[in-house]
Amino acid sequence: MSEIKIPVYNPDKFIEENGFDDHFHEHHHGDKYQSNFFTTYVFSLDHKIIAKQFLITGIFWAVIAAAMSLIFRMQLGFPEESLTWLKPILGKWIIVNDAGIGSLSQEFYYALVTMHGTILVFFVLTAGLSGTFSNFLIPLQVGARDMASPLLNMMSYWFFFLASLVMFISLFVSTGPFSGGWTAYPPLSALPQASIGSGAGMTLWLVSLTLFVVSVLLGGINYITTVLNLRTKGMTMWRLPLTIWAFFLTAILGLLSFPVLVGGFLLLIMDRSLGTSFYLSDVFVGGQALEHVGGSPILFQHLFWFLGHPEVYIIILPAMGLVSEVMSVHARKPIFGYRAMVASMIAIGFLSFIVWAHHMFMSGLNPFISNFFVVFTLMIAVPSAVKVFNWLTTLYGGNFKLTVPLLFAIGFVSMFISGGLTGIFLGNSAIDIQMHDTYFVVAHFHIVMGVAAFFGMFAGVYHWFPKMYGRFMNDTLGKIHFWVTMIGAYCVFWPMHYIGLAGVPRRYYTFDSFETFRHFDGINQFITVAAIITFIAQMIFVINFFYSIWKGKKVKSRNPWNATTLEWSTPIEPVHGNWPGKIPTVERWAYDYNKDEREFVPQYIPPREGEEMH
Amino acid sequence: MSVDTLTHSAHGAGDYNASESNWAGAKSPFKTSYGKIMIWYFLLSDAFTFASFLIAYGALRFSSPSWPVPDFVFSTAPFGIHNLPIFGGKAPLIFVTFMSFLLIASSVTMVRAVQEGHRENKNGVVFWMILTIIGGLGFLGCQAWEWANLIGKEHMTITTDPFGTYTESGTYLNEDGTLSSETFEAGEGYLLHKIGAGHGDDTGHASPYHKAGNYPGAVVDDKGFIHRKYKTADGVVKSQAFGPKAFGALFFFITGFHGFHVFTGVIFLIIICINVASGLYMKRKNGHEMVEKMGLYWHFVDLVWVFVFLAFYLL
Repeated sequence: MSEIKIPVYNPDKFIEENGFDDHFHEHHHGDKYQSNFFTTYVFSLDHKIIAKQFLITGIFWAVIAAAMSLIFRMQLGFPEESLTWLKPILGKWIIVNDAGIGSLSQEFYYALVTMHGTILVFFVLTAGLSGTFSNFLIPLQVGARDMASPLLNMMSYWFFFLASLVMFISLFVSTGPFSGGWTAYPPLSALPQASIGSGAGMTLWLVSLTLFVVSVLLGGINYITTVLNLRTKGMTMWRLPLTIWAFFLTAILGLLSFPVLVGGFLLLIMDRSLGTSFYLSDVFVGGQALEHVGGSPILFQHLFWFLGHPEVYIIILPAMGLVSEVMSVHARKPIFGYRAMVASMIAIGFLSFIVWAHHMFMSGLNPFISNFFVVFTLMIAVPSAVKVFNWLTTLYGGNFKLTVPLLFAIGFVSMFISGGLTGIFLGNSAIDIQMHDTYFVVAHFHIVMGVAAFFGMFAGVYHWFPKMYGRFMNDTLGKIHFWVTMIGAYCVFWPMHYIGLAGVPRRYYTFDSFETFRHFDGINQFITVAAIITFIAQMIFVINFFYSIWKGKKVKSRNPWNATTLEWSTPIEPVHGNWPGKIPTVERWAYDYNKDEREFVPQYIPPREGEEMH
Repeated sequence: MSVDTLTHSAHGAGDYNASESNWAGAKSPFKTSYGKIMIWYFLLSDAFTFASFLIAYGALRFSSPSWPVPDFVFSTAPFGIHNLPIFGGKAPLIFVTFMSFLLIASSVTMVRAVQEGHRENKNGVVFWMILTIIGGLGFLGCQAWEWANLIGKEHMTITTDPFGTYTESGTYLNEDGTLSSETFEAGEGYLLHKIGAGHGDDTGHASPYHKAGNYPGAVVDDKGFIHRKYKTADGVVKSQAFGPKAFGALFFFITGFHGFHVFTGVIFLIIICINVASGLYMKRKNGHEMVEKMGLYWHFVDLVWVFVFLAFYLL
């Protein structure tokens, strides 16, 4: 085999000759907003800074939420061991018995589980993932100076920040944060007297998530509009990188589903504070019948899951986009089946709106209606499988080095397959009778939307870190991070399938009183130990991330990964407005790797005489 | 959508080739500025919020054994207009018809304001926007009267619904427990009167009851609602029950949420009207586009009212 020469392109020359002049720098608009520390780094209007704000806030929450999971995992795995050493942090939530053994209070166990879910689903994997990469990549990859409305974009972050602040405060109220599960089903969420977390904790939870939805809507409207209106000359929809397609569809899903969640929340607020009965009927508290009649708790479940199901695709679609892009760049091959990838994302997005009641098979739903939801749920397997096969065929025969981003991309595919297959089990309403609310469900959704989405996010962070900070993340630490996480995550979640099949219910504080589950003590301990090790690996990532911002190896060339997309044609540290002069004109699709005799061809390179275009 | 907004996308007109597809980049595929696309998407998401409420309405209404009759509930109007001889003594929904007309008319005036905006006629925009504001305020005023009447005179609240519907026919009992000559059919609506109150301005008959208790002709509950007794066709004596709680809650919540949209709309109309009058938009490249965006919102609020109106007043 002859050595393939890697071409060196000078983007400035092409952009100057061939680029698209939008007269941006003649107006100097925006520059006055970047004049001091506050306007540059805090209340910034620049999409790149806003993206980093989302990312770092997301990392902050991820560490907190993961630490929470360790605390309740220790209680589950080692109920006999003393947790007294956590008293300085958790205070009264650690209850010390006469023998001096400290254990987690039962109320706080539920609060931790609830917060773990809420924070990871909304704050980390929605805001931290799609907020970060939609902001960072949409303008850079479509060839825009910034978002359509930088002001709304900034407000999107600050609404998220306010939501975070309120949720953070709720961790410290004396009755504890909300403890009724991240799905906030009434009556636990509707009656302040239902549990200690249902009072002030739930009020703050509702305020926080309402602010969060405002953030998602402001962001989403911006992402959609930017992709539609601000593509540079020549950037047709079929030339968009798959990342952009993913963010675009994610934003549409969010825009159509989050308002319904707000609708559900507003009715819940009415029930909580004004005594209406939208979700409550025939409730007895302490033997006394409450005044509420005529409502339906199932109504809330419908409204919640109308968001809740698209929400899991809001989480996974950006990860899919990032993985597709990273895989193609690092495997040095065009993505296999580009249009099939787009079509399958559209199909997944569409189907995600008509499957919500598969979360409610056990709520007393009419079995005939369940059939409808089973069929559509199982249909999602088709576009998902299309994507998986396309990723595998993209890798097949690739000339790649196992870089850290590629490792995480491959890890994503592995997780997506493992978690996706168990989804087929759970999508069947008949099998769900056995599986419902067991650890099987916990294993399924953690692998498919928790770990997989995190892997997509890690692939993205390692890949685009050079563009974000002008430095590389440490490769060795990255590889340690990958392998420990890959093995660790499977060690945490794989055994949960077994105990779930055996019927061990989720959300239980202890299994001591069930003789049936006693022989799972060993597995529970194993899971806890694996979780602790996996958590330590994530700390390696956090250290690597912050260390590399200031001390990482500097990026010397503009296009360190030899990628084709437009963000790598900007200066190493992109300026405000991204390109110093004209905006590049796009001449080809985003995946010209190993084309003709050329190793890769960036999107701004005009076609040659007689060149066959994709 | 006017052609002139085409050149005002964030990238400017550029040097695009007119023969290229609208989707080829460097221009808006819908020939629309980013701001207008944004307001469209916002309205789309808002439509989903309203849809969730109306679906909640449907779910609760159809799981309820009975539902108040709108022609009965919404049969009063201020100054006893509904009793005028020209209506022949029966004019249900006359008031809501008027307030709906006001809102729809304000949409028409908004269309004219947008049109004058395209013509860059500042005074015309201001004139028609002021009419729109008057229409919006008129609607809000009507809603305020309707709420005040329902809450103050008829004692409907988000937790209490004194409007019921008979599910069988029967005959009222007199005060002394004997059978009266007043009869009713299944499907007829009734209002539980409170001690010393009537239905709307109808205070014709003074109540004989003054405190809670079980009387031969009625049951008076602790809150002062009089539940008249009646005898059904098969001879059973019953007393009137409250209507479904969900009715009051849904009515006040959904019309309130819509009214809040109208209210914010009026605030924005006033701000934009002042901006127009100050000549701010005459200086801008995209002219009176803000008026157009406001118009989109205003028409949306109008359209939502059509569905709210349908759900509460017609069905």
